Order: sequence, then structure tokens, then C-alpha cells
Amino acid sequence: MDLIGDAGPAREALLTMWTIRRFEEAVDDLFARGLMHGTMHLSIGQEAVPVGACLALSEGDYITSTHRGHGHCIAKGARLDEMMAELLAKETGYCRGRGGSMHIADVATGNLGANGIVAGGVPIAAGAGLAVRMRGGQEVVVSFFGDGAVNEGAWHEGVNLAAVWDLPVVFVCENNHYGMSMSVSRAFRVKQLSERAAAYGIPGVTVDGNDPQAVHDAVADAVARARAGEGPTLVEAMTYRWKGHSKSDKNLYRTREEIEQWRERDPIARFEQRVANTLGDQEIQACRDEARERVRAAIRAANAAPDASAESLTEAVYAK
Amino acid sequence: MTAVAEQTRTLTYAEAVREALAQAMTADERVFLLGEDVGTYGGAFGVTGDLVHRFGEERIRDTPISELGIVGAAVGAALAGMRPVVEIQFSDFTAQAMDQIVNQAAKIHFMLGGAATVPMVLRAPTGSGTGAAAQHSQSLEAWFAHVPGLKVVMPATPADAKTLLLAAIEDPNPVIVLEHKLLYKQSGPVPEAATPARLGEAAVRRTGADLTIVATGVMVSRALEAAEQLATDGVEASVIDPRTLKPLDAQPIVDDVIRTGRALLVQEAPKTAGFMAEIAATIGESPAFGHLRAPIARLCGLDVPIPYAPQLERAAVPQAGDIVRAAADLVRRW
Repeated sequence: MDLIGDAGPAREALLTMWTIRRFEEAVDDLFARGLMHGTMHLSIGQEAVPVGACLALSEGDYITSTHRGHGHCIAKGARLDEMMAELLAKETGYCRGRGGSMHIADVATGNLGANGIVAGGVPIAAGAGLAVRMRGGQEVVVSFFGDGAVNEGAWHEGVNLAAVWDLPVVFVCENNHYGMSMSVSRAFRVKQLSERAAAYGIPGVTVDGNDPQAVHDAVADAVARARAGEGPTLVEAMTYRWKGHSKSDKNLYRTREEIEQWRERDPIARFEQRVANTLGDQEIQACRDEARERVRAAIRAANAAPDASAESLTEAVYAK
Repeated sequence: MTAVAEQTRTLTYAEAVREALAQAMTADERVFLLGEDVGTYGGAFGVTGDLVHRFGEERIRDTPISELGIVGAAVGAALAGMRPVVEIQFSDFTAQAMDQIVNQAAKIHFMLGGAATVPMVLRAPTGSGTGAAAQHSQSLEAWFAHVPGLKVVMPATPADAKTLLLAAIEDPNPVIVLEHKLLYKQSGPVPEAATPARLGEAAVRRTGADLTIVATGVMVSRALEAAEQLATDGVEASVIDPRTLKPLDAQPIVDDVIRTGRALLVQEAPKTAGFMAEIAATIGESPAFGHLRAPIARLCGLDVPIPYAPQLERAAVPQAGDIVRAAADLVRRW
């Protein structure tokens, strides 16, 4: 899929990246004003990864996501009003106020869930891939995780199972350079995390994670491989989160200069330059406006919804 | 009673489990097994036997040694519409998989506000008595019973091993089935039909006037053996087997204690914070409290890891003779 020269995909990629950015800026603002509680893990600066990856997926395909999962959720097609309602602790939220940001899921669009446990979704993705295989389906599972996940046992066990069983899973590492405050240079000895793929006998590739086209190309190749029954691939997307790990982060472990350098590589600004000829200034501005309006409408709808009610609190502990 | 008696045959507990698995897989394409050595090897305790020849390697799926990965894969497969049954070779190894059991399987339905279910079963051989020592002999039911979102089953007879497993497979929730490894070779009548039991229904195994013994797992047969001995001395004991710890069917226990006025609670697991503490509290919170003629008594495993030496291993957990003594003491003193 040509995200640069083809106006349809270009617009979709730009609009979705802006939607993620505006959604998270709004969340940041609501939180700062005391209107949203809990904690938030923002993916501002990383928008090209979920957008590039999810454009390589079809209806019926699955994803598993992370605690920094707003972007994955939006890119996979979730409704903004139900997402915002969940974050605002409303009854109309995706999880009826029981999940919040870290557990948001939209099963209808194939999003099997964000996960508060680092690497928790990796073996689950393998299992979803196994279900597809056993049913003889053509669906693919994309498992998103960060650089912090690759030293968890769950990551190794999940990747290995997918590899030995040739499961249709694409492992997408969002290497944003820090596992909370632990820099990648202190967390592993390999130069690139994609080298880890060799240990499991699967292909591994590192791409510019601030370029949705590069992410898309790598994930689309991996998806084609998976659909052909050739098994999993590890795609490492190099990116950066502008904001802290969560709302309590004082950013003591990285410099202002480093953050500034990465802000200059803003995936959205870069993409706008590259699609300037394809879309034109008016259309680019229209994408920005549309994203802002979609997020505003979601906040309005969520604010008008009833709060999650404690009356039904014990209802969904067990399925009937 | 006009109901036709159920057709039964004598099977071992292990054969009963295997029959339940085979019938569930025949009835439902979505059911499949995964675990270490469940295929050609036939399972570490021989439970899966020749199922791989009947159902093939796709559905009787041998896994690498990778407990967390196996349970995680079951969670994902269940979320995506399958009905996985995991065998963890020894229940002790669930420790390796605890994140997927506790933080994923147990919580997903609730965290998603009911939008998804995780219909999976985790079977695990449990308990002591084989000389396998501290890392292969534990009774961990209280760990699982403590986690909202899990159901916990402890079959004590071959019939229950079959019918409770069928119920677990049919249940839309994650269910932990703890099979006692000393029971695998025990025989008993097992119904031929694939009719599941109901989770949350205790079994009154024996009724007596003098005290109520509540026991789980392998302690059920020891309690029944003790009750026979006690009867020769004129002490009549009820023996109640909760069968499922979660959901717990407390009413038959409460009713029986109201009648007998005495409760002896027997478990193999160590005493501290064990499941019988829950039963004791449940009796204490119930109308049975006013009928107690004696303090509630617990007879449990010692608070020690399970040792290797056979005489030490026996001393670490209640034996039938210990139950006789504890029951006689309770009746004599009160």
C-alpha cells in the first residue's frame, strides 16, 4: 500500500495519526485539569507505528496491545467516544469503567486487549494465532509490545511457541528507547532487538518507526508471510515517546536535548511534508480539523454519559 | 425414585479424566488439549494415554517446556473462540505461569466489562505421597481460590473426575482442576454418559450424628476410612466433600453442623491461610455458630515444605489415623 503517493491511504494514515495525537493531548489535558483519574501512558511521538501496522491488516485480524495502547486501539478501528467514556469512568465505556486506559479492548474490531503486565499479551497473541490455525482461518495477529517487554519470560515463551508452530503472528516491537527509565543501552547487549529473532529461527527486521510507510511495508510483508502459513516475524520499529513513562515521571533519566532531537523527527510533521503533493495543503488542514473535531465530539459524548455504577460491580466477575 | 439408574462401569480416576476429555473433544470441535508430553508420551501420569492416536497432534498438542507460554496460548485461543484444556504437569509448576493465570485469565472478563470470556481449563496433578518432595508435591488450591475470576475444582472420586471436568470444559470461565496424583490409579463407578456435574454442589459422602468432617481431594477417602473406624467405636461422622472450592456450596456443611454441633475440617495443604480457614469462617458466620458444641477443629498439613523421606512425608500431612484421633478427641472432649 502506497501511503505517500496514493491519496486515499495517505489521507487515512494522516487522519489516524492526528486522531491519536489529538486524543492523547486531550487525555493529557483532562488529566492535568483533574478531570480524569488513574494514570495514563501516552504514546505521543509514536503514532506512525500503530497506523503503519494496522493499515496492513484486514477485518477479522487481531491485535494484542500494551499499557501504552491508545494508538493501537484507535488504529484498529475503535470508537473514540467509547474509549473516552472508558477513560472518564463512564458506564458507556468499552469496559464499563472496569478497565480504564491500561485494559481497554474492543473485541469487535479484533483488539484482544491492552495489558497492564509487560509482555502479558505476547503469549496471548500466540494463542489467538493458534486458534486461527486450528480453525483453518486466514486471519493474522499483530502483537504490539515495547522494548521493555523483550526481557520478560512471557515474551520469549510466546515468540518461541509461535515460531515452533508456524503461527500467523507478527510481533511488533515499539522500541521507544526506554523501559520506564531503563534505557535500551543498559537493558540488552544486542545492537538491534530484531537480532533476537534469529534465536527463534524467524525473520527479524528493524525499521524507522517514525515513518508509517516503512512500518507498513515491513508489517505487510510479515502479514503476507503469516497468511501464507510461513510463521511469525519480528518487526522492530525505532521510535520515541515525547512524554514521560506515565503521569508520575519527572524525566530524570533523559535530557531535554534528546527529547528535542526526537521532536524534530515528529512522525506526523514528516509525513505531512512527504504527502504535501499528494494531498495538498487544504486536505492536510482538513485532516487536522477532522481529527480535532472527532476527539471533541468523543469528549462531549463521554461527558454526557452516566458514570459507571457500583450497583452492577460484581456482575462481570464470572461469565454466565 | 423413578429415575433410571445411571449406567456406570468401573474405571480408574485417570481413565475417567481421559474419557471426559475424549467425550468433550468428540462433542465440540473447539476443545483441544495442550501441555508437556500429553501426546505420544501419554502424559506424565498417563492421563492422556492414546488420545493422540484418536484425535491427532493438532488437538492433542505437545508443547515445549514453557508453562507461562502454554497458559498464555490457552488464554489467547480461548479469547479467539476455542476451548483449550491445559495440562500443567505438576501443579507446582503453575507458579511459572501465575501471571497468565491470575493477571490474564482470571481478570479479562471483568476488566473488559464482560465483553469477552476466557473459557479454558487448567488441569494439574496435585498433592503429596509419591516421594517427589517439595517442588512436586504441593497443594495450592488456596492460591487459586483467592483470585476472583477463577473457579477451583478438586475431584475426589473417579466419577467426579469425569463429571466435574466435563462441567469445567463447558463453563465459560477459567477453571482450575486439581487432580490428586494418589487418586489416579483408584477405581470406582463412572457414568458412561457425558453428563457434566454442576460446579458449586457439595457431596455428602456419609451422614452421622456426632460430628461433621469436611475434607477435600485425597482427604475425602481418608476421612471416609476414618469414619468407618470411628463407627466401630460408636462415633458416627458425616463426611462432606465440597468438590468445588469456588463456587463453594456451603449450605450442606452448615446444615450438617447445625445437626451435629461439631466440625472437623481436614485438608492436605498447610494450615496457615488454607482453604479450611475459609470453611471455618463460613461456619462461624452462619446460623451453625449457635449450634456448635465444640470449637471448630482443623486438621491440616504442617506448615512445612513436603519432605522426601517417606516417614517424614507421611508425618507432614493428615493420615486416616490422624483423622480418627482428631475426631474422637473432638467428640470426647465436647
